[in-house]
Order: sequence, then structure tokens, then C-alpha cells
Amino acid sequence: MIQIESITKRYADGTVAVDDLSLEIPDSSITVLVGPSGCGKTTTLRMINRMVEPSSGRILLDGQDIHQQPVNALRRSMGYVIQNAGLFPHRTILANIATVPRMLGWDKVRARKRASELMERVGLDSSLAKRYPYQLSGGQQQRVGVARALAADPPVLLMDEPFSAVDPIVRKVLQGELLRIQEELGKTIVFVTHDIDEAIRLGDTIAVLRTGGKLAQFAAPDDLLSHPADAFVEDFLGAGRGVRRLSFFTSAGLELTTAPIVAADATDAQVAERAAADAPYLLVTDTDGKPLGWAEPKSLTGGASSVPAAELISYGRPFESGRDSLRDALDCAVLSPTGWAVAVDDTGRVVGVASQLTIGDAIRRAHAEKGAEASDRASAAAAGLKVAP
Amino acid sequence: MNLFHYISDFLTDSSHWHGYDGIPHRLDQHLGYSFEALAIAAAIALPIGLVSGHTGRGGNALAVVATAGRALPSYGLLVLMFFWIGRIGLLPVMIPLVALAVPPILVTSYEAMRTVDPAPVDAARGMGMGPAAVLFQVELPVALPLILSGMRSAAIQVVSTAAIAATVSLGGLGRYIVDGYYQRNYETVAGGGALIALLALAMVGVFWILERVVVSPGVRRSN
Ligand SMILES: Nc1ncnc2c1ncn2[C@@H]1O[C@H](COP(=O)(O)OP(=O)(O)OP(=O)(O)O)[C@@H](O)[C@H]1O
Ligand SMILES: [Mg+2]
Repeated sequence: MIQIESITKRYADGTVAVDDLSLEIPDSSITVLVGPSGCGKTTTLRMINRMVEPSSGRILLDGQDIHQQPVNALRRSMGYVIQNAGLFPHRTILANIATVPRMLGWDKVRARKRASELMERVGLDSSLAKRYPYQLSGGQQQRVGVARALAADPPVLLMDEPFSAVDPIVRKVLQGELLRIQEELGKTIVFVTHDIDEAIRLGDTIAVLRTGGKLAQFAAPDDLLSHPADAFVEDFLGAGRGVRRLSFFTSAGLELTTAPIVAADATDAQVAERAAADAPYLLVTDTDGKPLGWAEPKSLTGGASSVPAAELISYGRPFESGRDSLRDALDCAVLSPTGWAVAVDDTGRVVGVASQLTIGDAIRRAHAEKGAEASDRASAAAAGLKVAP
Repeated sequence: MNLFHYISDFLTDSSHWHGYDGIPHRLDQHLGYSFEALAIAAAIALPIGLVSGHTGRGGNALAVVATAGRALPSYGLLVLMFFWIGRIGLLPVMIPLVALAVPPILVTSYEAMRTVDPAPVDAARGMGMGPAAVLFQVELPVALPLILSGMRSAAIQVVSTAAIAATVSLGGLGRYIVDGYYQRNYETVAGGGALIALLALAMVGVFWILERVVVSPGVRRSN
């Protein structure tokens, strides 16, 4: 656990970057520091590995004041990932990743072996090992940055806007991979970003800082969205709080129906039988169970294959039942011209469909359940927020 | 007779290839002066340029020194030194040659350190590298191509200018030019000039090879 105890940082020119900040960063989880530009996120992060020394206050790592520890040993026990990766341009990818193990005195063979393992772990092809950083894309460089930080298996990982310089699609992928890696490794991660969506996606806990380096709120993402502490946090969260909060509601309990589903090889009679369930639309799947599109029952009088696949009504983007959230399910229903969402399993086969009405019911139920739970958690988070003596 | 005939006659005359006034001996002297001047210049300019580039201090003073150094006429300085301190060893010729080599080395080594990307340096410190390791394992390897290019300019200028040593009765390839001129032996003048030009070109080659050997492909400027 990293305990930040009322630290203040006043730079030489008088700028107060962090003002009397106290935080308890729990082990084996991702804590995100988020806030507008210049609010002191980087300064806070860099005080944890002593790249910046606080003007007052102290930071404890597992109960030990980090100020009492040899600075380079402390830094070697914390992975550090920065924007644009900061790779060593004169070293190969493999050598970059092996840097900290080599500094810790590992022999070359062991360090390189470890580096290859990490390349695999962060999703880099082993053919890139002998390349130099300039021969990699921004996204690949960022993966190398993460691998380099993980190389000596440090318990703590400090990440300062690691994904902000890559395009939105690559960023999504990298976020997903970080979550996957975290699931495997369970590091104590402090992650800085100014992107609230990234914070909500990645954070187990989120610290929202306001300009002037003050803590505005420290809470789990779901609580942040449902109970913003004040107007600043609410404003920072932006529009669509309610809908975004649905990302924390699982689609597992959503009631699905298979009544309006017909396979492409269904006969006229089978179609008529399905249409009797007075569904306004039928979902046509291929013989393998993958969705093709919606059709009105009366257009399928010659059997399910009477409408060419290309002329079926789009089914939007299906959601994976149980794994995706209610937000994905709702999004899917809203995107489809028929107003119905298609649920698939992890192989892409249809498991059922749900109407906007059904999804609305599920949302109301989930809200009721979460209500009680969230107020418990909000008080727990508030308890973790130490008040300066 | 044209210039190329002079040069080829000079180079193919076997009497020019041995003895005290032969090409090997003169070349050896020439390279000796040049190397010595370059080594002294590097010993002075590299530490100053690298340190001030690393710390970011003294850049203005350095620019003034470099500009002043560039404005010094080498030949004028040589004559001045010769009359002032006389012919004490190589001193009168070393001073102008060193003064010639210092500015490019000083300026480029300063620039080389200034322009090192701060991100890898920050990353290196953040992962627990000490100051010496950051300097020798990150900053210098990254700055090396630019440092070498300063050394190369200095080497080319010194090799070309070392010919002036002959005007104060020292050796080197300049002897052919000075002596040939007084003897109205244009074959010797042209031959000496050609050898000096070739030597300057050879410097380009030497530094190209040096770069291949000591600079990481990741930061080679040809990328
Ligand atoms: N070395 C420094 N000297 C003086 N002031 C500084 C220094 N570093 C940062 N600051 C100031 O401290 C404040 C906080 O800076 P910091 O870099 O921590 O912000 P940030 O939240 O990371 O911002 P961003 O999202 O833009 O990266 C800013 O006002 C900044 O100008
Ligand atoms: Mg920052």
C-alpha cells in the first residue's frame, strides 16, 4: 500500500502544484489520478518515485517512509512508464526491456530470456526483438515501455499518460491489454490520465484532482458517476453520466428471448410459426447460428431465405451476453433500426434477443440493486480518505 | 601539359616514394601534426562542450569563443606565433591548428548534448539509473553521431591546413607546395596539393567507418 500523507509541492518559482494531498493507494489494483491539465497529476506521480521531492508531507510504501530509502533502489522497485515511452533509441527492443534486470545484476542470458517473455506478455512479436525503437509504431513503442517497466517484476507500476499519444483505436486496444496483464499480475498501479473515459475504464479507484493540486474526490468509478462530490467533478465527468454508468452493470441478468429467431434454412411454415409470437421482426441467422439481419415476417413468405442477406435490416453491433455490460446491450438496441438488441456468445452465435423495453426493465432493476451497494462503498471510500491532522 | 599530367607524373615518379623528402615520410609527418592538433583540441573542447551541454550552462560564452575562434586566420596566427615565440618544436604550428579545430568540436558537442531527447533520460532516471550511468549509457551514445560529425569537420580542416607548417620550415605534405613553388616545379606543387586533397577525403572515409563501428544503428544519422 502507498500512503500519501498530506503532501504539498511548491516549485522553486512559487507554483503550488500539489496542495495538502492525502491518498491511500491500495495494493494489487489500479488507482487513476485524473484531472484537468496542470492540476498536479504528474507531480504527484513523480513524488512516489522521488523524481520530485515534496515540500512537506510524506509518502509511505508498505509502512516505510520512502524518503528513508536509497533513491535508486526505490526506483528499481517501481516500474515507470511515460508518455511516448521514452525508449532508449540506441538500444534494441530486447535490450531496452532488459535494462532494469541488467542494472539489478542479472546475467545477460537471463535478462534477455526475461525480456523475450515480456515481449510475448505485452503482445509484441518476437521478430521485433532485434529492431531499434525508430523502427516501431507509436503503439508498439508504448508496449515496449510497459514491458520494460515490468521486466524486473516490480510490485508497483507508475504510468504517466502512457497511451495519450496513440490514436483512439490503438489506445482502446492498449487499455484492454493493460487490464488483461493486470488480471494476470495484480500489480499496484498508479495511472495518470486527463481522459475521464480512460480513468473510468481502467480504474478500480479514481482520484479526481482539481487545478491547484487539491483532491476533489476519491472513489470507485461507479460511485464517481452516481455520486459526484461537487459541481467540479460533475462537470469534469461530462455529459451522459447515467448512460456511462451502465458500463458497470452486467448484462448477465438480462432476460433474452429466442422466439423471433429463424435460421436461413427455415421453411415457410416454420417462419409462420415464429411470426405467430407476434414479433414485429424476425432475426434471420445463418445455419451456423450467426446473425444475418432482421426482416418483417410478411416479407419471408417463401421461407427464411426469400430475402437476400444483403437486403435484410441491419442488426447493429451485437453484444456478448454476460461479458458485455448493459450499456453495450442498450447501445446495440438503440443502434438497430428495429429497436432490438442481439445477444451472442463468445463464438458469435446468437443466444437471444432483447427489446429496448426489456433492457429498460433490467436497468431499473440493476439501479435498485446497486443503490444499496453503492452507498456502502461510498462510505468505505470516504473512510480511506485520510484527513490531514 | 594539364594538371592531371602533373599529378600523375609526380605520383608515378618512383624517386618520390622513398627518402626523407619521399611521400611516405611527408605523409607520416603531416598525419602526425594533424593527429596531435586534433587530440589536443578534443582534450580541450570535448569536456567543456559536453559538460556545458549536459548542464545547459555556459552556452552563450561558448558561442562567443567559437565565433571568435572561427574568425582567426590560421596562417596569420602561424606567422605571429613564429615571430613571437620562435620555432620551439611544433608550438607555432600547433597553436593555429588547435585554434582551428576547437570551435567545431566545441559547438557540436554542446549541441549534441543539448539536443538529446529528454524523454529517455527521464525514463532512465525514473528506473533507477545513477547520474554516471545516465551520462555514459544514455546521453553519450545518443549524442555520439553529432559529436563525431564535429570531430570530422575539425579533422578535415586540420588536415587541409596543416600544410602551412612548411612555411615555417617544418615538414609535412606542405613541403611539396612550398618547395615546388620556389623551385617553379609545378609537378611537385600539383602533386602535393592533390595528396592533401586526397587526405581530406580519406578523413571523410575514416569517420564514416568510425561511425559504423561505434555508433548504434538506432541513432545513426543515415536512418
Ligand atoms: N519543474 C517545475 N517548475 C515549476 N513549475 C512546475 C514544474 N513542473 C510543473 N510545474 C507546474 O506545476 C503544476 C502542475 O504540473 P503537473 O505537470 O504536475 O500537471 P499535470 O496535472 O501532470 O498536467 P498535464 O495533464 O498537463 O500533464 C503546473 O501548473 C505546472 O506548470
Ligand atoms: Mg502530466
